[in-house]
Amino acid sequence: MKTILLIAEHRRSELRPVSLELITAAQDLRQADDKVVLAVIGEDVDAYTSQLALQGVDEILAVKVNSVEFDADLFEAAVTSLIDSTDAKVVLMGHTVDSLGYAATLARKGNYGFATDVFQLEYDGDDLVATRAGYNQKVNVELDFPNKDRVLLTVRPSVFKPAEEAASPTVTAVDLTSLSASRTNNLQFVESGGADDVDITQAEFMMSIGRGIAEEDNVEQFRELSEMLGATLGCSRPIADAGWLPKSRQVGQSGKVVGACKLYLALGISGSIQHMAGMKHVSTIIAVNTDPSASIFTIAKYGIVGDIFEIEEELRDLLD
Amino acid sequence: MKIMVAVKEVTTLDEDFEFRDDGLDVDEDFFLYDLNEWDDFSLEEAMRLKEESDDDIEVVVVSIGSDQVEESLRKCLAKGADRAIRVWDDAMEGSDSIAIAGILAAVAKKEAPDMIFAGVQSSDDANGSTGIAMAAQLAWPHSAVVAGLEYTPGADKAVVRRELEGGMLQEVEIECPAVLTIQLGINTPRYASLRGIKQANKKEIDELTLADLDLDAADVGAGSALSNIRRMYVPEKGMAAMIEGTPAEQAAKLIDIIKEFKGE
Repeated sequence: MKTILLIAEHRRSELRPVSLELITAAQDLRQADDKVVLAVIGEDVDAYTSQLALQGVDEILAVKVNSVEFDADLFEAAVTSLIDSTDAKVVLMGHTVDSLGYAATLARKGNYGFATDVFQLEYDGDDLVATRAGYNQKVNVELDFPNKDRVLLTVRPSVFKPAEEAASPTVTAVDLTSLSASRTNNLQFVESGGADDVDITQAEFMMSIGRGIAEEDNVEQFRELSEMLGATLGCSRPIADAGWLPKSRQVGQSGKVVGACKLYLALGISGSIQHMAGMKHVSTIIAVNTDPSASIFTIAKYGIVGDIFEIEEELRDLLD
Repeated sequence: MKIMVAVKEVTTLDEDFEFRDDGLDVDEDFFLYDLNEWDDFSLEEAMRLKEESDDDIEVVVVSIGSDQVEESLRKCLAKGADRAIRVWDDAMEGSDSIAIAGILAAVAKKEAPDMIFAGVQSSDDANGSTGIAMAAQLAWPHSAVVAGLEYTPGADKAVVRRELEGGMLQEVEIECPAVLTIQLGINTPRYASLRGIKQANKKEIDELTLADLDLDAADVGAGSALSNIRRMYVPEKGMAAMIEGTPAEQAAKLIDIIKEFKGE
């Protein structure tokens, strides 16, 4: 029997969805009488325990520390203590901005087996096997962890379905308020700048532009095209980073998830994992890209290998 | 004062690449190399601090790798870095990101910078762990996915903006020296000038080995890795139905799909 320890995430009084996905991921590693322990760390952790009382969880640890929000030093110390007290053999965290701040410090200090951004988990006999991508998503890499009696993995968000079925796991309070002070101090949350009046999360039909538009001067003609099509204009990260469109138009992990979208036209977007996280759920995706091996074609329903400027010109002719 | 920037030369794959006979990696005949995209931004951030400061600030770029990585280090020198260090030893072959972090930390101990930048991740492996593991080894404060920075070199505190999911940022005050992993978009990276490229070609790149850094061969290389590759393969992927024809025909089909969607 082994313990699988899951670390839930929350921010601004809300659980992060990845917390429930970890529960599902853990079931792929559950053998015989294994125990799945889910820890939620923060100041007011009792607020989260009822939402985490789900099938697949044997015990919830409500871990109290002196920080309302994520704090890399405190969370590292807390998880170190939890690994010790639970003697967990496998630790799962989301592959998120928070875990990017401390998963590697845990792995380095504990000399644990370690892999990040894992999207498949299983046992092959006694060997834990984790799969992640390599070479900029071109290949899959199967990893194991020989001679490691403890393995820490960060799990890619939006891969595993969130656990839903309510249950009544034991809830245990853990007081770690004695952990020493952190070297960082949370000041405030701020919305990224460059908002405009369009809420892309509400749009049903989106046309997004990416690196393929090449120059800022080309933005205007695609804005016109989106208006002619009756689509809301969005973009991938490089366009917002360059300031060619406001950040509020950015689709993806650090931008917005276009939850209401049903038709998505991607022009000159190659399809990074971060961008696809914001739109891969859309039922009809049409992608236009010059590169036939662009990742975006692997999730699109329709594809056109071609020059977005030629397609744009033809579309205009047809719409005029 | 000194800012250290850890950079990586990333590997991209040629089209129609093939695997090695043992199936554990891609055949290196199909490798192409480039400076990691994130590192352009961390170098720029260091250059920004240097140029905005009244004090003399040295920007030192460090990379781990064989002769090949000199090309990326020269790029950084061409953009204005003052000095470049390349660390290599055959024993380092097969090092994972955590071992690389240990080597970088050993360089940092030698160089004693006031601040260290690394990219959030590399575009090839995307582990997102090197910079933060380096901080662990140094026992320095650290913050990941930094998309904004207020810092006066030499100050004992900085304010960073962590880029969170969903278009939100969090301002965090951090004690310095610190290790920050820098996110795309924090600034607009410059291009190297012709003059910069010429000057870069004249600069020496310092070369360090295990012995220079008092590292043990057991702490680096494939043997120290926290994971082991069992297999590498091209995943089965879905594929869009491709719309063929001339651009005019393709556009017409596209309009049909949009019209159908709109119920027209």
